[in-house]
Amino acid sequence: MFQFIIRRILQTIPVLIGVSIIVFSMMHLVPGDPAQVIAGEGAPQEQIDNIRERLGLNDPLPKQYLDYVTNAVQGDLGTSMRSGRDVSSEIGARFWVTVELAFYSTVLAVFVGLIVGIISATRKYSAIDTTLMLIALFGLSMPNFWLGLMLIQWFAIGIDLPSWVPFFSNTAWFSPSGWGSFSQIVLPVITLGTSSAAIIARMTRSSMLDVIGQDYIRTARAKGVKEQIVIYRHALKNALIPIVTVVGLQFGGLLGGAVLTESVFAVNGMGKLIIDSIQARDFPVVQGTILVASLLFVFVNLVVDVAYRLLNKRIDLD
Amino acid sequence: MSDQKVLLKVNDLKQYFPIKGGIFGRTINHVKAVDDVSFEIFEGETLSIVGESGCGKSTTGRAILRLDEPTAGEVEFDNTNILELNKKEMNKFRKDMQIIFQDPYASINPRHTVRQILTEAMEIQNAVPKKERNDRVKELMDTVGLGPHQADRYPHEFSGGQRQRIGIARALSVNPRLIIADEAVSALDVSIQAQVINLLKKLQREFKLTYLFISHDLGVVRHISDRIIVMYLGKVVEIADKNSLFTNNMHPYTKALLSAIPSTDVEKEKERIMLKGDVPSPIDPPEGCRFHTRCPFATDLCRTKVPELRNTEGMKDGHRAACHHMEAIRSGEHQPQVNA
Amino acid sequence: MTGAPDTSYDNILEIKNLQTSFFTKDLEVKAVDGVSFSIPKGKVLGVVGESGSGKSITSLSILRLIEEPGKVKGGEILFKGENLLDKSEAQMRKIRGNEISMIFQEPMTSLNPTFTVGQQIGESFRIHQGLSKKEAKKKSVDMLKLVGIPSPEKRVDQYPFELSGGMRQRVMIAIALACNPDLLIADEPTTALDVTIQAQILDLMKELQEKLDMGILLITHDLGVVAETCDYVAVMYCGKVVEFTDKKTLFTEPKHPYTVGLMESIPQYDQDIEGDLAVIKGSVPSPADMPKGCRFAPRCPFATDLCRNKLPDLETDEDGNQIRCWIYSDEWDGDPEVNVYERSESTS
Repeated sequence: MFQFIIRRILQTIPVLIGVSIIVFSMMHLVPGDPAQVIAGEGAPQEQIDNIRERLGLNDPLPKQYLDYVTNAVQGDLGTSMRSGRDVSSEIGARFWVTVELAFYSTVLAVFVGLIVGIISATRKYSAIDTTLMLIALFGLSMPNFWLGLMLIQWFAIGIDLPSWVPFFSNTAWFSPSGWGSFSQIVLPVITLGTSSAAIIARMTRSSMLDVIGQDYIRTARAKGVKEQIVIYRHALKNALIPIVTVVGLQFGGLLGGAVLTESVFAVNGMGKLIIDSIQARDFPVVQGTILVASLLFVFVNLVVDVAYRLLNKRIDLD
Repeated sequence: MSDQKVLLKVNDLKQYFPIKGGIFGRTINHVKAVDDVSFEIFEGETLSIVGESGCGKSTTGRAILRLDEPTAGEVEFDNTNILELNKKEMNKFRKDMQIIFQDPYASINPRHTVRQILTEAMEIQNAVPKKERNDRVKELMDTVGLGPHQADRYPHEFSGGQRQRIGIARALSVNPRLIIADEAVSALDVSIQAQVINLLKKLQREFKLTYLFISHDLGVVRHISDRIIVMYLGKVVEIADKNSLFTNNMHPYTKALLSAIPSTDVEKEKERIMLKGDVPSPIDPPEGCRFHTRCPFATDLCRTKVPELRNTEGMKDGHRAACHHMEAIRSGEHQPQVNA
Repeated sequence: MTGAPDTSYDNILEIKNLQTSFFTKDLEVKAVDGVSFSIPKGKVLGVVGESGSGKSITSLSILRLIEEPGKVKGGEILFKGENLLDKSEAQMRKIRGNEISMIFQEPMTSLNPTFTVGQQIGESFRIHQGLSKKEAKKKSVDMLKLVGIPSPEKRVDQYPFELSGGMRQRVMIAIALACNPDLLIADEPTTALDVTIQAQILDLMKELQEKLDMGILLITHDLGVVAETCDYVAVMYCGKVVEFTDKKTLFTEPKHPYTVGLMESIPQYDQDIEGDLAVIKGSVPSPADMPKGCRFAPRCPFATDLCRNKLPDLETDEDGNQIRCWIYSDEWDGDPEVNVYERSESTS
């Protein structure tokens, strides 16, 4: 196991180098002179030279790259063009907001996905199964900015309820924007988690159906094990193995989804930071944010791989 | 037997599969699936390879056809070492050597009709002119006992026994000289198995085919073979004509294997040689004789020195076994070792 | 059925007219179609048949483990004199793994890959005897010792993939025998194993059967295994028992043409056969298209119009042997001198 983790960490090195090259190249992939682009149309030559000097654009490319990587490793991601603050401190606070958003969404997706998947699998081809899978298909197909807008319409702006409904006269239960309190968290998390929940539910269903058909489930039943324990102990542990991989991949998707969700709900996270920075042509921030998000994704996948190993003893053989 | 023409000659065939591991995924060891196996097959005979799972019998069959490229050794078909041939030259020889697998369903394309399956092989080998292919399909179907009207059906519409007949028809479609049958009847129900065995024997008579018959079922092997090879953990332990193998077997493993088969003869009390434990891993096979860890007769000699295949007094020509103590075991001089 | 517990039973298991079917939209497949047999206390009954004979479905029906769309439609399964089909699901759970245990064909897939061997054996002790985790583990080690697994203290914490096929089957046996059952159902327990390992496992089963005095229902397609381990044999064909006798009678004087055909079509390692093997012509009929008379009639060399039109009953002769064949009835309309077994000897 230890050897595996070491090997797995070593394997991330080429990935990290690749990511850093791509992020670094972004600056140079922009058509024309990056300094000109950053400074904007019609900026005085002096300002452009200034930017060029500050970003080290006069150095040869390999040196620029090495400087960038050396600084990045030391936590120095440059300075924001817009605010003049360190990019790392610019990202700092927002990083945790996005991680929280993605984490809660993953928890919601896993929780709802597993339950729906298990219910569907144990009631194969029943009306419940069909209904749940139809809803899952719907959840999967909905673009998340649209879902976010609908949720704001229904549960933040609210709909007037008929007078016979006790306690509530209106469905404006949650806050439409910001991040921090429970009421602010609910809608973005649902928005971001829905499609993952749907994917996990479908995956869980097929994985459970596969496992329930296995010989060892019959063995458990023949031992006199209660049906609930057969499902939740014997079957689920095996069914989780492929699901874990999907959860890991979903997390990556969530980071992408966060860009839209944060914009819709005005959540001040990395996603919104990217959008704002792109609009302001604040290249160092864009670079830094993408680099951090990629690192996060690589790290989560590492964790998922380790979890997969722990669940699937068989792989530990080599 | 010795005046017969040798069709296939296998010399010191080795098949090692690498095992990757460690932090950098290097090759850290090998599965020694087949280790220095030599034998020859005469034209028109049925040579069987028997042994338990992991003995290397199927690997040997696959290595001969270069389905897995062998690690070392020579395979001479009709006096040409086919392991030295390039892909194009090899393809010419593939027509002469066909294989039938255990699971016919897994080895035929489920989306092709029987006609497509049969003509595909003819096309690849260009064995039959285009015009004659439809007639040939009809003929083949008839030969293996299927109705020509079934030619346009898909494999899933057939039963297991019929699918195996399709597999046989495909092998026959290019007029091969050697057919390797890898557990070809093992998955079939007994009443169907008998039909397929009879078919294989009939085809051999009609088309002068040579069979390499790989099986774990000694009943079937006794019925179908002229000569038999017994393998254990990648090595040949005994090779003999059928009669000698069943009545004058020399190697303790052969004896144990035969005695382990349940007999339907309820009136005969049978002496059973119970082997201890499991077959060792082919990654780190035992030193000396590979069977020594389970052999009741094993001595220090067996633990250190690899026994050669040899013939000794009282054995027929061509009958050879690889045991240091076979003479003494037969004479009763060498008894099972108590504290082995 | 009075419901009072019957302690005077002679048979540990008695199946009467068991019917299990699988239902698809517009088709009922009668997998088990009126099967009856019994196992005396402490004896081994072999059930022989090819795929589609219903032998495995019969065994799953006994433990009531048939899943949708299958259903036990009728009959009685008397275990120690009580009908299992009248039991509630909770009562059945107390019987499964405790009084009746089962081992399956595939030792590779019948153990849960994500639990240790000890956890899987221990579960039986925990369910049925309410033992703690620690006690269960200790007893699991004892069971591993009983089934002849070397260094059981180490093995108990291993996962199934770390064991060979033969070892896994020993673990399956340990699970099955954990609670000292009165009846063991073994569904092709050695089919997936190599012969030298099969010999070890059959030996172990016989030894433990005598030690624990349990009945065994051994399902197999291998007549050699039957000859070596069973006291009685039931031959099944297309969901019905066609012959039921003691072992010796079956192998020395088989009566049903199917039994005889089966025996002749298997080449034995200790006999030479000149020429072709005898074959049973054709193949097992599809369940959707069952012959209306004797199920075997289309493949039987002796079949007459009577056989083709009317299903024979399972008749018991004076020795207690049972046979389902018109040849042995008074109504037989074919050659009165026909002798199924001698015919085969003359042709072989």
